[in-house]
Amino acid sequence: MELFRVLVVDDETDFMETLVNRLQKRNVDAAGVPSGEAALELMKKKLFDVVILDIRMPGGMDGLAALREMKHIQPLAEVILLTGHATVESSIEGMKLGAFDFLIKPVQMEDLITKMAQAFEKKGSHEQKIRAARIRELMRFPGRVFDQEKDERK
Amino acid sequence: MMKTAIYSRLQKKIISVTLLVSLAPLLLLGVTIYYQFARMYRTKVQEQLQYRAWAQAEAMDLFLKERTAILAAMADTHTFNEMTEEGILSSIFAVMNVRAGAFVDLGVINNAGQQLAYVGPYELRGLNYYQQEWFGEVMSKGIYISDVYLGYRQLPHFIIAVRRQEGQNPWILRATIDPAVFGALVRSAQVGKTGDAFIVNEAGVYQTRPRFGGQILTESGLDTRLFGGSTSLMELNTQDGVAMLYAGSWLKKHNWLLLIRQEAAEEMGGLFTTRNVEIAIILSGILAIVLATVFTTQLMVNQLRESDRRMNGLNAQLVQSDKLAAIGKMAAGVAHEINNPLAVILQKTGWMEDLLQTEDLKSSENLDEFKTSIRKIEEHVERARKVVHGMLGYARKMEPRLEDVDINDTLKQTTSLLNNFARINNIVIRTDLAPDLPILASDQAQLQQVFLNLISNAIDAIGKDGVVQISSIRSENEVHVSISDNGKGIPEEAHKKVFDPFYTTKQSGKGTGLGLWISYNIIEKMGGTITLTSKEGEGTTFTVQLPIIVPEKK
Repeated sequence: MELFRVLVVDDETDFMETLVNRLQKRNVDAAGVPSGEAALELMKKKLFDVVILDIRMPGGMDGLAALREMKHIQPLAEVILLTGHATVESSIEGMKLGAFDFLIKPVQMEDLITKMAQAFEKKGSHEQKIRAARIRELMRFPGRVFDQEKDERK
Repeated sequence: MMKTAIYSRLQKKIISVTLLVSLAPLLLLGVTIYYQFARMYRTKVQEQLQYRAWAQAEAMDLFLKERTAILAAMADTHTFNEMTEEGILSSIFAVMNVRAGAFVDLGVINNAGQQLAYVGPYELRGLNYYQQEWFGEVMSKGIYISDVYLGYRQLPHFIIAVRRQEGQNPWILRATIDPAVFGALVRSAQVGKTGDAFIVNEAGVYQTRPRFGGQILTESGLDTRLFGGSTSLMELNTQDGVAMLYAGSWLKKHNWLLLIRQEAAEEMGGLFTTRNVEIAIILSGILAIVLATVFTTQLMVNQLRESDRRMNGLNAQLVQSDKLAAIGKMAAGVAHEINNPLAVILQKTGWMEDLLQTEDLKSSENLDEFKTSIRKIEEHVERARKVVHGMLGYARKMEPRLEDVDINDTLKQTTSLLNNFARINNIVIRTDLAPDLPILASDQAQLQQVFLNLISNAIDAIGKDGVVQISSIRSENEVHVSISDNGKGIPEEAHKKVFDPFYTTKQSGKGTGLGLWISYNIIEKMGGTITLTSKEGEGTTFTVQLPIIVPEKK
């Protein structure tokens, strides 16, 4: 079954790794990288549906620059920006650059899930809407195995 | 208070400099003018005295000259034989008294000194004067005026004698001058209460009777050598130490000195009066200057004190503003740094929750405890987040929006929000809103936030049973909104601190301590200020002052 492919980009590794784990628990094909450059490298090799990108990553490429590049490499991948209070203006800037939306840290899991589903929905096809609905179901119960064939037959 | 010492020192300094600068010239002027005036006055007085002495001496000289002349004329125009006839002598005597006057007697004396004819009140006919000093004098000099002497008649008198040379036989015509008339004439020169005029001879013997202190022929005790030249002036002290002015003028009869005398004090009396008047004027001038100086410096120092006080108030406000601005900047940085760990914590607790849901852990005994603890952690993360959010809500540079705001309406809305809460705690909210408040250009939401903060603070300060008074009024070009409570009040030391961030008197968890800080900054951004008056135990009043900015006509 095609799983929801998410890339988490955050230099705060504790945060990034835990989020990846939690997403994977929720049957998400989640990957995480600690920098903008690493994200771009990975995106050249693998397709993602959604990218969760921390805006402020001091030392190296910052969030907005990475965002610009991402839109070139995978224009269909939706980007959700994570921002602290002081960088709200940057988030708005990011929206102009093509980001889907932004959330202010610290963020609740439910809010993140909702946003990711919305982002995915945006992708537009009927199939993806269904996929989105299914994915929402999945993610409510961590640990439960998804039986794709059973569902498709319904 | 240290400041009082500074002000009183300053005042003393100003007063002493001003007094010095204004009094010194005044006194100098007064003294100088007085001495100049005194000198001139004295000179004038002296000149006057001297003139009088001279004039009187001239008059006496004239008196003597006239009588000498008429005596000589009689002698020259009559022979010895004619003169020795009683009848003729008497008529000559009568004529002399008519034309000149002051003759007591008249006598004819031959060259042997024998008085052969006499007209007068005394029995002097036949007496011999050969031995008398005056006889020798008149025989040699031709004209002689004697000093005063007693003579045969034993009364003070003086004579004028002329010699007529008839061939080989000289004879003398002699007349006695009436000393009373002579003396009165001399005395007519005296002036004033202590004035005196008399004649003394070289030896200082009175030739006329003075008004005070002597008789004819007594010693005056004056040293006539002091009076040199023609007319001179001396100041001498009497035996009692009284200062006397003497103006003396020598007669042409060279051994007679006419003296006019007066007490120095009397002549100078006018000067002393002037001096006293001048002193009085200067003293009152000094008094006026001193009073004016003290008064104006007091005024000035008070002004200084007032403006110092105001400046201190402004300075304090400025310091507070700076403090808050600095804190605001720091807050932004700190907050962001806190958000990241909070985000991590939340992820980890979420992860723990996720793990707790898996089958193997569900049977754990302490499952509930785990879940509760995780929830608690998340609660406090949320609490921390709110604090940061509250702080940053200000730090983010949000310019107040400008819309038409009716202050009274805003107050009423805010009050209605809190009415229930107040009523439950038996607190009455009273409003006294000025009906003529203008519409301001401001940010309604932020203003409401401020009023909400202040009114709920008032309610919390009271607790239960009390009154919150809200009033609005226009004051020149400002709107003043006051929110008062009769709660527990704020102690003096805390007055400055209440606007600091995180200052709260509530239990931990019950308040962020940011309300007043945020309110202060909102109002300050609008160009206004919040001030407070409070006394512990009596209540508190917060006053919001906003400049009147009229909305632009659309």
